[in-house]
Amino acid sequence: MSGEKRQKKKTTFKKWFRAQGASLVFLAPFTILFVLFTILPIAAAIVLSFTYFNMLSAPTFVGFDNYIRMFFDDDVFLIALKNTAIFAMITGPVSYILSFLVAWLINEFNRFVRTVLTLVFYLPSLAGNVYFVWTYIFSGDSYGLLNSILTKFGLTADAIQWLTDTKYMMAVVVVVILWLSLGTGFLSFVAGLQSMDRELFEAAAIDGVKNRFAELWYITLPQMVPQLLFGAVMQISTSFAIGYECMNLTGFPSTDYATHTMVLHILDFGQVRFEMGYACAVAVFLFAMMLIMWKVVNKLLSKWA
Amino acid sequence: MKNKKRKTLSRSKAGTFVIFLFLIVVGVFMLLPIIYVLVTAFKPLNEILAYPPKFFVRNPTLSNFSDLIEITQETWIPFERSLFNSLFIAVAGTAAYIIIASMAAYPLAKNKSRYIGVYYQIVVLAILFRPEVTRTPLYIIISKLGLINTYWSLILPVLAGSFGVFLMRQFMITVPNEMLEAARVDGANEFTCFWRLVMPLVRPAWMTLTIFTFKDLWNTGESQYIYEEALKTLTAVMQSISSAGIARAGAGAAVALIMMIPPVVVFVISQSSVMETMSQTGIKG
Repeated sequence: MSGEKRQKKKTTFKKWFRAQGASLVFLAPFTILFVLFTILPIAAAIVLSFTYFNMLSAPTFVGFDNYIRMFFDDDVFLIALKNTAIFAMITGPVSYILSFLVAWLINEFNRFVRTVLTLVFYLPSLAGNVYFVWTYIFSGDSYGLLNSILTKFGLTADAIQWLTDTKYMMAVVVVVILWLSLGTGFLSFVAGLQSMDRELFEAAAIDGVKNRFAELWYITLPQMVPQLLFGAVMQISTSFAIGYECMNLTGFPSTDYATHTMVLHILDFGQVRFEMGYACAVAVFLFAMMLIMWKVVNKLLSKWA
Repeated sequence: MKNKKRKTLSRSKAGTFVIFLFLIVVGVFMLLPIIYVLVTAFKPLNEILAYPPKFFVRNPTLSNFSDLIEITQETWIPFERSLFNSLFIAVAGTAAYIIIASMAAYPLAKNKSRYIGVYYQIVVLAILFRPEVTRTPLYIIISKLGLINTYWSLILPVLAGSFGVFLMRQFMITVPNEMLEAARVDGANEFTCFWRLVMPLVRPAWMTLTIFTFKDLWNTGESQYIYEEALKTLTAVMQSISSAGIARAGAGAAVALIMMIPPVVVFVISQSSVMETMSQTGIKG
């Protein structure tokens, strides 16, 4: 490279830096934290998933052993996988549809009623850890609210052990998860429906769109695709991360691992048994599932727009 | 709404009835547990231990709140200390995140460089991965940095979240470029533009982010990161109390009620900002 050219390159970099310098300064604080506590954990998990690592001695390379163990030598992992799949494939979509449905229905009311209803439906998510109260409702002893109601109406003779009987545990957690389901995505739907173009609905009414379901399908939903995509990101990030809720309701580990999820399996091997390599392999598998889910949902919804 | 009077599609009466019924059923399901917390927090012990249990309170009392303070004093740490821990983490963390996320959002919204566009895509994708799913590798990093048993271990993972950056960026897009150009012509540098012009204009966005971040940080604390009693948060206290069963149900409901109030109050105050901001959250596929 000739000196002249090098000189030129330097000035263009200087120019670029002068133009972008301010941007880089603005981005710096977040980027440092983002790399350190969001990107690095993901990268570290991928690398450590091929090792045996107990945090005391240096990690040793073990190839695909951790991944093989997951599927062939760990029955509890399969339970965790099944439960996470239930939360992601069944409870998740139900929550998502419920969020949209409620947002769409309350959109018909005037501003005051809509505001009150938004608060009522968002309250469980807003209240955060208050879902603890469900342990008093589902309590297995005679003080449990649900058991006392069932006994009163003669529906059951003995107290049902909702939180420790494997027959009911998953159902209980699903109820609580549904209770928590109207979150950030729901707020986005409510706001999005408000800011839609009114003229389109008038035009549709003139063009002979007969009922509100046709209106929903042909006009509302295609316009809402950006909000629906955002809601999907939030739903996937929530559904695959379910685990601490199960732990607080049914204990850790739960009876026969009935409400064990992948997040809890990672916790079990990572922070209890200190088998970090294996925990990371499970985490990497979880990341992959989330990314695939997002790609599929993204494709499906984008087609609609 | 100015075109309220213009007719759109007519609604059938039966349909409206079904909608009302559906909303009432879902609404009751959402509210009942919250009301149960509210009434249990004011129940005297003999009503909590009454068999069969009654939903509503007969003789409301404040004894659960004084019990709560007594129990925590005897078994764990003074209640004020865990309240302070939670408040400090929530307030300091929220303030820091608003500034950090807004700063990062400004170039992401207004800089047309291709690399910045790619960075934005990564930020959106990263919303998927919340600290719950990266917990174990995060634990390794936090312990290697020597942050175990510090407030930082609870605050930093929240500050590294990309949701707030996304939210602020979506709203900053709506600030007209002409306004920024005019300010630059008048000699304002980027920092002045950001602090004097953009931040006041995107007030609804950071009000909204305040709620989300405050709520997350206020509820944090059930983690492996802190085992020193003096640093534990209200969430940890709530967990210990609720695992003690029915005898502590009153105190448990009292602490749950205390934890519920701040996020609800903040949300009610700023709900119109929330709606204005959330209408900007749409993303392109």
